[in-house]
Amino acid sequence: MELGPYLVLATLEGAVMAAVLALTACGLSLVFGVMRVVNVAHGEFFMLGAVFAWWIASHIGGAPAWGFVAALILAPLIVGAIAAAADMTVLRRIDYDPERTIVATIGLLYILQQATLMTYGPDARPVEAPFNTRIAIPWVEWTEAGWALYWPWGVATTSYKMFVIAAAVAVLAGLWGLMTRTRIGLLMRATQLDRDMALAFGIPVERVYALVFGLGAGLAALAAVLIVPIQQAHYLMGHDPLLLSFIVVIIGGLGSLPGTILAAILIGLTDSLVSVFFSPTLAKILATLLVALVLVFRPQGLFGSRAS
Amino acid sequence: MTLKPTDLTRRGALKGLGAAATLPLWTRYAGAQSAEPIKIGFQVHRTGIGAAYGRWYDRTTQAAVAMINEAGGINGRPVEIIAEDDGTDAKRGAEVIEKFATQHNCDIAYGTLFSHVVIGSAPRAGELKLPYFVVSEGHHVASGMLNRYTLQPGITDVKSQVQAMAPFITDQLGKKVTMIFPDYGFGYDHRDNLVPAIEANGGEVIELIAIPPTETSFTKYFPKIPRETEVLYHVMVGPAVLTFVKELGEFFGPQAPEIFGFIDSLEAVNIGSPGLEFLEGTYFWEGMCRHAQPDQSEFETLYREKVGVDDRGASLADPKDVSTYAHMFGCWETLNVIKAGMEASGYSGPSDRAALIEAVEAMTDMPEGVEHPQGPKLFNGKTHQVFGQQYISQVQDGVLTRVHTTSIEDGMYPDEVDYTTQSF
Repeated sequence: MELGPYLVLATLEGAVMAAVLALTACGLSLVFGVMRVVNVAHGEFFMLGAVFAWWIASHIGGAPAWGFVAALILAPLIVGAIAAAADMTVLRRIDYDPERTIVATIGLLYILQQATLMTYGPDARPVEAPFNTRIAIPWVEWTEAGWALYWPWGVATTSYKMFVIAAAVAVLAGLWGLMTRTRIGLLMRATQLDRDMALAFGIPVERVYALVFGLGAGLAALAAVLIVPIQQAHYLMGHDPLLLSFIVVIIGGLGSLPGTILAAILIGLTDSLVSVFFSPTLAKILATLLVALVLVFRPQGLFGSRAS
Repeated sequence: MTLKPTDLTRRGALKGLGAAATLPLWTRYAGAQSAEPIKIGFQVHRTGIGAAYGRWYDRTTQAAVAMINEAGGINGRPVEIIAEDDGTDAKRGAEVIEKFATQHNCDIAYGTLFSHVVIGSAPRAGELKLPYFVVSEGHHVASGMLNRYTLQPGITDVKSQVQAMAPFITDQLGKKVTMIFPDYGFGYDHRDNLVPAIEANGGEVIELIAIPPTETSFTKYFPKIPRETEVLYHVMVGPAVLTFVKELGEFFGPQAPEIFGFIDSLEAVNIGSPGLEFLEGTYFWEGMCRHAQPDQSEFETLYREKVGVDDRGASLADPKDVSTYAHMFGCWETLNVIKAGMEASGYSGPSDRAALIEAVEAMTDMPEGVEHPQGPKLFNGKTHQVFGQQYISQVQDGVLTRVHTTSIEDGMYPDEVDYTTQSF
């Protein structure tokens, strides 16, 4: 196995993973940061996004691109609405008590997963990508040495994977803009800093909470819509994103968006590099080990602050 | 089995006749001593990673049982299928076996595919002395790993399949083989048997790549394929098989080596799916040819019609619902073997379970026919494993076209166990 070309391949694969992971984990981190809710059902919102994407795409005729675009807009909205409803009907009633919200979201996890199994079924179903051209990656530095000529296959990505990375960057930029440049972002940050004070200043904290919970789930759903043309919608697909999101959020620091994004890139790239050059199992071991080390030596995460 | 004359009193006989008269539905089973149905516990992958197989195993089973019942059932008794979901999970599989034996009072258990479920369930079936007919294609039955109560009379095992394929791979495609296989029991059967089979035919397996069946992203495994690979041998299972094959195509682009796959990598997946165009010209093992061949037997035509499968191997009701055609015939054939075994042993209830197993062990030739639409078979009573023909298809203009049929002998190997020496 040659190092150079495969380093590029691993980096690209890692970037796709990091992009999806960053979106999913930002949703989880946002919910924790503002609401102090550890949302164990987050992976199921991811899964719902993929399932709705399949449902929407299969009900819209014409070119696959139309179905995909419709899914990209509608699926996160539907999932966000479901999450906001869950917040208002369940989490608000238990007063966002930390222990009880964990148990409640575990319940939510099973309800969503089993409801999907009962309606959508146990099959993995594909959504057609709007475009998907294979892009062979040139390795110009090595052609003079004759390396690339000897390697007849392998180093390539697809235009759709590039789009996933670009879309995730755009969405994350939008999220950053929302949090720092808009009034609703200001309200969210105010609620995050001090809930009681925000309430005293007349901020409708409960509505902010419902919005944040919906936004968090919508981000996970959006990530799933982006990934579903590469993978497939399946009722058990929420496990891995949940686990990886927790890993990312713990490393990055719960509630810190920059930390989450940095940790997503770190985990995505190491996972891919270690997978390509060693083994995918070793990659999972290393990621979990990293979490343990962070918890021991820097419990607040790389970017978290102890006070918040 | 016959009734002793002393058992039959005039009053008893009259009562029996009266009961038969009040239940007209059962009159077609009038020849039986008991019209109680024969209960077959059907362990089915309704959920979990084997769900697509489970759905089609279920449809095939229902079709076969409907046909058996139309023809008068088994020993004059109707057959009733009691299906329980095993979640494609080994632990749940063993619990389901226990339910069949103790709660549902099933006569036998039958049906499961995934090898980890079979390996997890068979010991419990043995302890409960419940005949367990599996449709798994794993080598675990013939290897001697299981017990006298576990039989595989309806589908050939991986060792046999791989051994029959190896000469074609080395003679037609290339000598240097890289194999990709699922990282669990079934994949290990491929790994453990392909390597010696290829070497015996003058080839060499240069790299083994194991992928967990729950994996969803595959490109990261492919750089391990050595560049001198002449043939890529792939077999994959799980919900993400379509992603696996698509990413394989994206990885190679136009410069792929020869590709030989087990159709498991594309079971329940439409071969015309976008991204699979690169499969044109590649080869597949098929247990039974998904796409109807020009010389399809009348038995297979009937089988397709009864199960509800069209000429492309998809459901008649929904052409997007592609079947697991290369495996599910095993359910049909196994149920017919069960019927033949119960008839030969005069099976009347759980006390005859041992006699049923002995009757199946005594079977040898199974000629092609309505009962065996996949082709003729030879059963080995000692190893509890059936042997049969294998098919190799090439994708030609998007159609899986059969290019080679192996003989039954191509897949035969020396016995590794003699279950008949084990006590019941």
